[in-house]
Order: sequence, then structure tokens, then C-alpha cells
Amino acid sequence: MSPPLLEARGLSLRYGAVPALDDVALSIWPGEVVAIVGESGSGKTTLLRVLSGLLRPEAGTVLYRAPAGATHAVHDMGEAALRRLQRTDWGFVHQNPRDGLRLGISAGGNIGERLMATGARHYGTIRGAATEWLKRVEIDPARIDGLPRTFSGGMQQRLQIARTLVTHPRLVFMDEPTGGLDVSVQARLLDLIRALVADLGLSVLLVTHDIAAARLLAHRMLVMRQGRVVEEGLTDRVLDDPQHEYTQLLVASVLAA
Amino acid sequence: MSAVPAARPAEDAAAEGGEDRSDGSAGRLAGYNLGYLDENTKRMIRRTLLKAVAIPGHQVPFGSREMPLPYGWGTGGIQVTAAVIGPEDRLKVIDQGADDTTNAVSIRRFFARVAGVATTERTREASIIQTRHRIPETPLREGQIIVYQVPMPEPLFRLEPRVAETRRMHALADYGLMHVKLYEDIARHGQVAISYNYPVMVNGRYLMAPSPIPSFDNPKMDRMPALQLFGAGREKRIYAVPPYTAVKSLDFEDHPFQPVRAPAACALCGSQESYLDEVVTDDRGGRIFVCSDTDYCHTRQAAQPREAAE
Amino acid sequence: MYVAVKGGERAIEAAHAWLAEERRGDPALPELSVEQIGQQLGLAVDRVMAEGACFDRGLAALAIKQARGDLIEAAFLLRAYRTTLPRFGASLPLDTGAMRIRRRVSATYKDLPGGQVLGPTFDYTHRLLDFALACDRPGSPDPGRESQAPGLTAAEGNAPPSAPEAPAKAAAMPRVTSILAQEGLMQPETPGEAEPPDLTREPLSFPADRPVRLQALARGDEGFLLGLGYSTQRGYGNAHPFVGEIRMGEVAVEIEPPELGFPIEIGEITVTECQMVNQFAGSKTEPAQFTRGYGLTFGHGERKAMAMALVDRSLRAAELGEEATAPAQSEEFVLYHCDNVEATGFVEHLKLPHYVDFQSELEKIRQMRATALREAAE
Ligand SMILES: Nc1ncnc2c1ncn2[C@@H]1O[C@H](COP(=O)(O)OP(=O)(O)OP(=O)(O)O)[C@@H](O)[C@H]1O
Ligand SMILES: [Mg+2]
Ligand SMILES: [Zn+2]
Repeated sequence: MSPPLLEARGLSLRYGAVPALDDVALSIWPGEVVAIVGESGSGKTTLLRVLSGLLRPEAGTVLYRAPAGATHAVHDMGEAALRRLQRTDWGFVHQNPRDGLRLGISAGGNIGERLMATGARHYGTIRGAATEWLKRVEIDPARIDGLPRTFSGGMQQRLQIARTLVTHPRLVFMDEPTGGLDVSVQARLLDLIRALVADLGLSVLLVTHDIAAARLLAHRMLVMRQGRVVEEGLTDRVLDDPQHEYTQLLVASVLAA
Repeated sequence: MSAVPAARPAEDAAAEGGEDRSDGSAGRLAGYNLGYLDENTKRMIRRTLLKAVAIPGHQVPFGSREMPLPYGWGTGGIQVTAAVIGPEDRLKVIDQGADDTTNAVSIRRFFARVAGVATTERTREASIIQTRHRIPETPLREGQIIVYQVPMPEPLFRLEPRVAETRRMHALADYGLMHVKLYEDIARHGQVAISYNYPVMVNGRYLMAPSPIPSFDNPKMDRMPALQLFGAGREKRIYAVPPYTAVKSLDFEDHPFQPVRAPAACALCGSQESYLDEVVTDDRGGRIFVCSDTDYCHTRQAAQPREAAE
Repeated sequence: MYVAVKGGERAIEAAHAWLAEERRGDPALPELSVEQIGQQLGLAVDRVMAEGACFDRGLAALAIKQARGDLIEAAFLLRAYRTTLPRFGASLPLDTGAMRIRRRVSATYKDLPGGQVLGPTFDYTHRLLDFALACDRPGSPDPGRESQAPGLTAAEGNAPPSAPEAPAKAAAMPRVTSILAQEGLMQPETPGEAEPPDLTREPLSFPADRPVRLQALARGDEGFLLGLGYSTQRGYGNAHPFVGEIRMGEVAVEIEPPELGFPIEIGEITVTECQMVNQFAGSKTEPAQFTRGYGLTFGHGERKAMAMALVDRSLRAAELGEEATAPAQSEEFVLYHCDNVEATGFVEHLKLPHYVDFQSELEKIRQMRATALREAAE
């Protein structure tokens, strides 16, 4: 088997007395979707931020294998190299699209930004890519010059996904991409994400509250509680035959609800 | 209450050491060092200039001094000029391309007074040209220095007002945002809507504000044989473009940079190439165009047979 | 044929001559002396010294005279002079605890060692125009009217009756903040070892530490700081200030020449100090306590010192782990914009010619309009 794309070991981080991360290990392989589930405050967002280099852990390492084969210790890279990684190989989809979009810039400009940041200098090509991606995320291309603040919540989230995927990253971090949306919109968005992931062969680390979303998208899942990974395995196995009593509770409460 | 000193006490000057404080006899302002600034300050500015030349387009912070002219009126350019000028120099000062605009006159008089330096209006004869808003039409040559007065050295300030953040963006060469602005202009207006202070990339590395020259002048900066120095007094930054350095105006391959110029000829010298000022001649829409570079225009007029100019 | 406008040089000379006439005003009236300005417009002199960052009453008064009473222009004149002066060294920190006090008030304690000293203050005056002051010469408004201030006569040159004097108190006047500090209620301010940076020699850089912030504020525009300080009281920033103490009076300035190795006093200056006491909820690492906002100005500049103390405290938001959302809490916003010499230069430079840029803009707008109209027609 090929080596993992991203590999974390022994991650720990405390906020005062709160162990946000407690000796967490995790690996993700190319083309794999891994869901991270757990109750509110269990450390999911913190883990995502540490893995993507936005936050420095107190202990532990995160290794990333670049396409060329070189391996980088994410927290030892210089800021310039890390930023380059973040806008080329990686993508980050925020729970609140307002954190991931430039609200004062047109939809086309939002999608084009990563292209331009990585050297694209042909207006027609950039605009073509933006049009293409609007279609792909089911936004009317006629809205290309519209400002995101005139878009609905679901459209904003789809725009954020287009903006992130336009440079074909290999690894995407998603923090509750369907949070804050109503149920029918959530379902459509999940379908869209599933199709894009399959098309592009992306690796995705998906943080979610939503067990159904995890079942739909993820090959594997991790269950977190109080900063620890309490259970880990293939999605179907974890959901159908939970070993840890907390996972049992989680699955049962979803089924009951 | 202390007595008001009538003139600067002589001991002050001596304490600074190594200064050429004038006694006023050479026509220079009494009590001040050559070029107004004290020698330590000039040394500090020269060190800054060396650093600026070594990192083309990078803004170097410096301990800008209060000058006897207001901030925003050329204090950065004046400090740079004061730091590099010597008695054998010949200084030209222009504002809006002209030698006789009030601010140019005022700055030229300042240097004549504090440096006792020879001045000229001829681009060819000048060894230092201090300018606000223009580059002369006559191509500059090796050995000349052009000093730009810069109000806002930060090319990104309209997109990101926080200086700490723009410094980071420069450090990481993170200029996507600037291109997004150009993209937005083209999407909205069919063209880039910047007509002056048009951002340039220096030596393929640093994004730089060329100061508020018209975009018409931008191409003159590219591989210019003269040394280009930029002083921003209020913002306390100096930057530079060494001779023959690549200076590229930002654009897209399919929307190449297009300098702006009024489609007309100079009413005085007939030039079709120079940058023109629009002069309103009446209140019924009458207007003519004349060269903004007065030395260029005069030279051309002088070279023409008399009738042709009339 | 068109002839370009000329004569910048002559225009400038004529303008300067006119300005000199305007400054002098009616030559039939006696000329204002620099001493008169120093004596009778003392608070203007104080403000110019503070914002001009140079303690010299004579030069400040001269600057006010030359600037025709425009205090920002006067501060600018003083700064442009100051910057050419050689620097011999830095003084030792002023000991405001040893101030020879003319005014000292606390809003936090009714009585305290040394007592409250009201001093020469506008506080508790009724703001009624005192027409007696206008009766210094014939033709001034309403000479028959009675003076608002009982006991004053209106004859020219008459000095007001001297204020009653109390015997000087021997008692020390400890600073209110030290009283709080004894109980551990005041966050201690540890003196730094490093020599504080000099804003007049090195440009601002961010994050700016407190010595740099205080320097910038001390030179900052009174009006700007007043507005910002006021905004913190109105909810833009989370201020809970009390005036621990305001004191004004004379303090000794000492230097320690390296060749001597001990401090010598070189003179005395008047300063106003304000220490604001602010509540602080505490953090994970620190228990709740009071924190200090500090203001210090040359001369008698109470309003400025108070505003400065409010803004100083609000700029400590980041350091104290408070949420920083208001303008007065933003270091860059406050420090880049509080200097009135910089601000006035840049605002006023807009009146310099911008023909070239405007021409470029004109052509650009014409082009864009042409494109838009063409597209609309299609
Ligand atoms: N900046 C911070 N300062 C202090 N504590 C923090 C900070 N960020 C997170 N925490 C704490 O760390 C723990 C983990 O937080 P985190 O945001 O990772 O949880 P989460 O699993 O993403 O929760 P949710 O599902 O609600 O988004 C929580 O107890 C949280 O209160
Ligand atoms: Mg979260
Ligand atoms: Zn001409």
C-alpha cells in the first residue's frame, strides 16, 4: 500500500485545564474521505486547525507527503512554504462561508483568486474556469459578477467549495460544511460533495456532527471525545457495530432522534 | 520663561561633529548644515538607500524627520535628495512635469537656500531630478538620479489598510489580491480602472507603487539607465529601483497594460508622443492640450522654425 | 496663441508678504509680544509644547505668534525646529511622585494623604463671559456692564486680587495608584531595562510596545485623542475608568552624564499627569485587579492627559487578552492617525496640483464611458 498523504502522531493541545487534543494520531491516504465525529467541544475543529497548520500543537507531529515525494513536517515549514501548500495542494472549507469568501468581491473573483495567486495571468482562462466551476456547483453562471452577499446560504457554501477546488487540491479540510443549512439544502450539498470527491479523487478530512453525512461520504471515521480519539474504523463497521460505549451512545441517540 | 534664541547657538552645530554649518556668507541659510539635515541623519538615510537599492522595490522603514515643509508635500523626496546631493550637483525639481509650478519652485528654492546648489530646468543637464507625479519625457541616462515624492508607498493599502498585514503579504509575495482587483475591474468595466499610481512588479519579486505618476509614464521605469529613488516622508519608507531593473506593470496576457494618454497633439509644440495637460479655454467646452513636461515642450518649440509654432 | 501660466516664484513671494501683513493685523494696535503670549495665553503655549514635542515656552510662544494663533501650525513650526537640534542624551525618568504640586485631585478617594488641591482650574467656574475682561480699552463691547466676577475692577492693566494662600503642606503626596498597589489591587508596572525607543528617530512598527505607544500619544493631537477617549466611554471599547489621580506641577529633570556617573538636575518642567484606574476582570493567569491607563503632557494639559490615559488603557486590550473591536483599541488606527502634523500635511496636500493624475483619470473615465455606451447601443 502507498504511504499516507497526511500522518499525525501524538498531537496534544490544552486550553488551560481543557484538553482540546490529547495524544491524537491520524492518517489519511490518497483518495480517502475520513470523517471526524464527536459531540460539541470534543476537539474536532481544533484537530482540523492543527492538521492544516493553522494552529501549533504543544506536542506531536504532522507529516505531509507532497506530490513530488518529499515529506514535510507541517509545523516546521516556513510560513511562506506553508502558505504555498495551503493555496495549492490543500483547501479549507469553513463552516461559515463568510470566513472562506471575500464578500466584497464577485463570485468570479472569488473563484479566480487561487488561480491568480498561483500564477494564472490569462483573464479569459480565469473567467472560463470560474464559469465552469459555477456550473459544477450548480450556480447559474449568469451570477458570475454578483457579490456573495447577494447569494443564499447554500449558494455561498457552494461558492466556497468552488473557490477551494478550482486549483484541484489533493487534500481538503472541511469543517461542518453543511452546518447552518436547512435539511433539504444539506442533502443536495452532500450529494454535490460526494460527486466532486469521486470525480477529482480528492482526499477529504470532514468534520461533522451529522452521522448520516459521515455514512454517505466517508470511507473511514474517527470518533472524538474530550480531545481523544475513542474509536476508529471503516464507517460501516463503526456505525453498525460500535465498540466504545460513547460511540454506542452517539449512534443510538441519532437513531432515536 | 526662557529667552527666545535669535539664531542657533554655535555650540549646537559643533556638538554634532563633522558638519558644514553655514555662516550664511556663501548665500546659504545661516545656522543649518549643508542640505539642511545633519550629517548623522544623512548617513542614516544613505544606509537606508543602500538597503533599498539592494532589494529593488522593497519598502525600507527609515527615521523620517520633520522637515520645514508639510508632510505630504514632498518631505520624503526632499530627505532623499538632501542625503545624496553634493555641491557639484545640478538639481531639477518638477511638479506635474513643470518646473514652474508653485510647489516645485518652493522645493527648488529650499535647496538653493540650504545646499547652495546649482539648479536647472533642463532634464539633460540635471544630475538629480526630484519629481512629483511625472517622469520627464527626455529619456534619462546613466549617472542621473530621479527622486520621486511618494504620498502612499504601499501599493496594497486600498485592499488591505493594516500595515502589519501588508508587510506579511510582501514577505510572502502574496499578491493574488492585487490581481483579483484587476480582474474585478475588467469584469466590471472591460478594462483596468487604474490610471495613475498603477502598480508594478519590480525585478519579478516586489509589488511596488510607482508614486502617482500617470500610467503613461510606467514604461519609462522599465530598465531605466538612471537610478530611481522613492521617498515617503510621512509614511517613513524609502525604496529604490537600480539602473536597468525590470519594472513590469501588472496586467493579463489577454488584457495587456495600456498606458493612458489624451488622443491629441500638443498645441504648442505639436508633439504626438508626450503626456498632455488639458487646458479649458472657455466655458463652452473649448479645450486644448499642451505638454505637461515644460522643458520638453520648450526645447521642441525652440528647435522649430518660428512660423511652425504659430 | 495659448501661453502657459507662469510666475510661481513671484506669486509665492507676494503671498508671503500678504501673510505677514495679515499676521500683524492693524498696525495702529500695539504688537503682541512673545512674553505676553507666554504669560496670558499660557494654555495655548502648553498645548503647542506638548504637540510640538519640545519644552520651550519662549519658542512655543513665538511659534503661536508666527502662526497667527493656528496651534497645529505652531506645533509644526516647533517640530521642524526641534528635529534639527542635536541630542545630548536622554533624561532619567521623571519622578512625578516628587512633584511640587499645584493641582492634585482624585475621584476615587474623598480624602487621602496630602489632600485634594484644586489649583488653578476652570472646573466649577460658571461659563459666563466676563465682560470685565473686555473693558481693557475704549470701544470694547458694553463697557458699562458690570463685571461678572465680583471683586474685580475693569481698569486696564489691573491685576486680579491675589488668590489666598495656605501654608505649604509638608506632608508627602503619594500617588493614588501606589496606595492601591500596596494592597496588591493595582497591576504592577515593571520598569523595563531596555532604553525606550525614540519615535522621532525610528519609525513606528507594529506591534508597538507601550513606551512607543505612550510617546505617540503624548505628541498626539488633543482633539483626536479626546474624541477617541470619549468613544471608549460610549461603548466603542470596554472602558470602566475612574480618575485615580490628576496632578499638575513642577518636576525636576535629571540627567546622568556617563563621565559623572551620578545624576544632576538640569532644570524643572511643568507637567500634567493623569492615572486612570480601570477595572479588569482577570484572566486565566491573573486574578481580577485594577489596571492603569496613563497620560502625561507638558504644561497644564488636563483634558489631553485624561484622554491619553483612556486611549492608553484601551490600547492595552491585546496585552490583557480583551477583545479588541473598537477604533480606540486598534494600535495601527490610533497611532498612525493621532499625529496632527502628519495628518494636516496629508489632508492639506490635496490642494497641491494634481493635474496630471486628474488628466489620466479623465481619459480613463472617458474611455470607460465610451465602452459602456457602445455596449449599451449594441
Ligand atoms: N481559543 C480557545 N481558547 C480557549 N479554549 C478553546 C479555544 N478554542 C477551543 N477551545 C476549547 O477547546 C475544546 C475543543 O474545541 P473545538 O472547537 O475543537 O470543538 P469542536 O469539537 O469543534 O466543537 P463544535 O462541534 O461545537 O464545533 C472546547 O472545550 C473549547 O472550548
Ligand atoms: Mg467546531
Ligand atoms: Zn508641447
